[in-house]
Amino acid sequence: MWAFIKKEFLHIFRDPRTMVILFGLPLAQVLLFGFAITNDINNAHIAILDHSKDVVTREITRKLLSSHYFLLNRYLKSDADIKPAFRKGEVKEVLVFERDFARKLQKEGVAKVQILLDATEPNTANILDAYTRGIINTYVLQRMKQSAAIPISIGVQNKMLYNPQLKSVYMFVPGVITVLLMLVSAMMTSISITREKELGTMEALLASPVKPGHIIIGKVVPYVVLSFINLISILLLSVFVFGMPIQGSIGLLLAESLLFLTMALALGILISTVSKTQQQAMLLSMFALMLPTILLSGFIFPVENMPVVLQYLSDIMPSRWFIIILKNIMLKGVGITYFWKETLIIFSMALLFIGLSIKKFSVRLEE
Amino acid sequence: MSVNIHIEHLVKKFQDVEALKDISFDVEKGSLFGIIGPDGAGKTTLFRILTSLILADEGKVMVDGIDVVKDYKKLRQIIGYMPGRFSLYMDLTVEENLNFYARIFHTSLSENYDLIKDIYEQIEPFKNRRAGDLSGGMKQKLALSCALIHKPKLLVLDEPTTGVDAVSRKEFWELLKKMQQRGITILVSTPYMDEAALCDRVSLMQTGNLLSVNTPQQIVNNFLGNLLAVKTNNMYTLLSDLERFDGADRVYRFGESIHLVSQRPIDEVKQSLRDFLSIKAYQKIEIENKQPVIEDCFLALMEKTGTL
Repeated sequence: MWAFIKKEFLHIFRDPRTMVILFGLPLAQVLLFGFAITNDINNAHIAILDHSKDVVTREITRKLLSSHYFLLNRYLKSDADIKPAFRKGEVKEVLVFERDFARKLQKEGVAKVQILLDATEPNTANILDAYTRGIINTYVLQRMKQSAAIPISIGVQNKMLYNPQLKSVYMFVPGVITVLLMLVSAMMTSISITREKELGTMEALLASPVKPGHIIIGKVVPYVVLSFINLISILLLSVFVFGMPIQGSIGLLLAESLLFLTMALALGILISTVSKTQQQAMLLSMFALMLPTILLSGFIFPVENMPVVLQYLSDIMPSRWFIIILKNIMLKGVGITYFWKETLIIFSMALLFIGLSIKKFSVRLEE
Repeated sequence: MSVNIHIEHLVKKFQDVEALKDISFDVEKGSLFGIIGPDGAGKTTLFRILTSLILADEGKVMVDGIDVVKDYKKLRQIIGYMPGRFSLYMDLTVEENLNFYARIFHTSLSENYDLIKDIYEQIEPFKNRRAGDLSGGMKQKLALSCALIHKPKLLVLDEPTTGVDAVSRKEFWELLKKMQQRGITILVSTPYMDEAALCDRVSLMQTGNLLSVNTPQQIVNNFLGNLLAVKTNNMYTLLSDLERFDGADRVYRFGESIHLVSQRPIDEVKQSLRDFLSIKAYQKIEIENKQPVIEDCFLALMEKTGTL
């Protein structure tokens, strides 16, 4: 069996392409997701059309711009400038203050400000809207307190738990870990087993007294080791580059990852037993594993927002449960009692896949 | 330590193609048994059934009393199998390949060195080269070493010399002879008829049928009719003209000449053939008596079954 493991390592280290997939891809993905693909809004360009230009509007503008969310693109001169500004794509938001803003506020207690948003990116528009409203409301409340104009007020205090700055890295890292463990484990094992079939080396192996179990273990062990190295480098990256916390126990995190890995590897072996060529194995892993892992697991799109049918489909995605576990450990820092159900689901999936692949692994050549 | 093979009424179908049609034969202990046949004859299918890699539809195979279906685990301990397609790891070196096969059979290179010494000495200068970079002949020698590393009692070689140059082929067969002397039963297939003469017993296989199992000598002795080799100044039209010659049973290209088989008395045929060709204005007519070699016999056998 050691001979097998050693041989498999040699295969991996001698094939530059495999090395790239194994090590280059994970790191690239983490960096990509961490830096580029982010929902956080920083420095959104806005324009301001101020018909009033008084103390209050200037104060509000100053407050808006002093948050790091907004960056003043320019002041507009008239209503006619608004459309072109949006069309050119220079700004995401235009703020319009009505005439005599301060005076109306003072006299009538009501002044109007209009927020125009570029909704070609609905999420961004929503977030910008909320931020702008928030800042304006804060200003109004402060002002009223100063003048003691209102007899009663309800102070809403919100606190974002587990991810106070709403960093999307916190959301992506568990997802990326899941996708990568799935990719490396399932795809690489399925490819490496089908490669033996395709190159005809399986024929020689089967004619020898080596046990099928040994073939499988020999194939799996190197990928477990490499995936673990990968996992640790992703964790290090996310902690030291993105400041991602690991609140819970690292031991538990690694143990759960090992369980998930086992499940993914068993799935990979299962794929290899049904595919005849490396290409087939790769396509199967891509479509059956990668895409659902990314799209249906709640990694990018919240499961609760999906149509019911897709929600059911998402239930059978092992990655969905693993992401929950990861978030629980890393962000909430809770113990196994809070996610034993998810663990159990992955455990039974692992058992199912191992059972199936042992049953399907043929001691003879398929015809 | 050697083993015999007993094959009985073997039938194998792939969808609607009958790859093996009721095949039975025996291989004696310690013999070198050759199966000769063109591509698609069913040689690989037969070998895969014999090595327990695929299952037959009907019939049974016993290797030294071991049923290849029921006791496949036992069988796999005692056979050395070299598939038709090069089946070693191209990205591993010669030495790594050998060590790997030694390890999966729970043995080591040094333990069985005396057995593969003759072969290994020829490939040793390249031991740090990757298998993928070896020449065709070297690859086959490496594959043979790997198949031998666990001292098998039966060696099954599927077209080991296909795509190998003439010198390496000769060397390869010499190695096989040496292995046979060590008591290993050898079953080998080849598309090259000239290699048949090197076996103890040969059988011709064609479209799933086994034709005549015999010693090469006996096969030649059983040749019916007289064989003539014909050469003229114009070889291009000769074949089609000879086909129209009355006394000819069979006419076929053979090396540089054309072979003609006739059942009529030899001198009479020679004379009438010479006349026939003269009328057709051929010059430099050479007609020779020939002792049939095994290829002639196989061509005759194949024609008799009406498949050529």
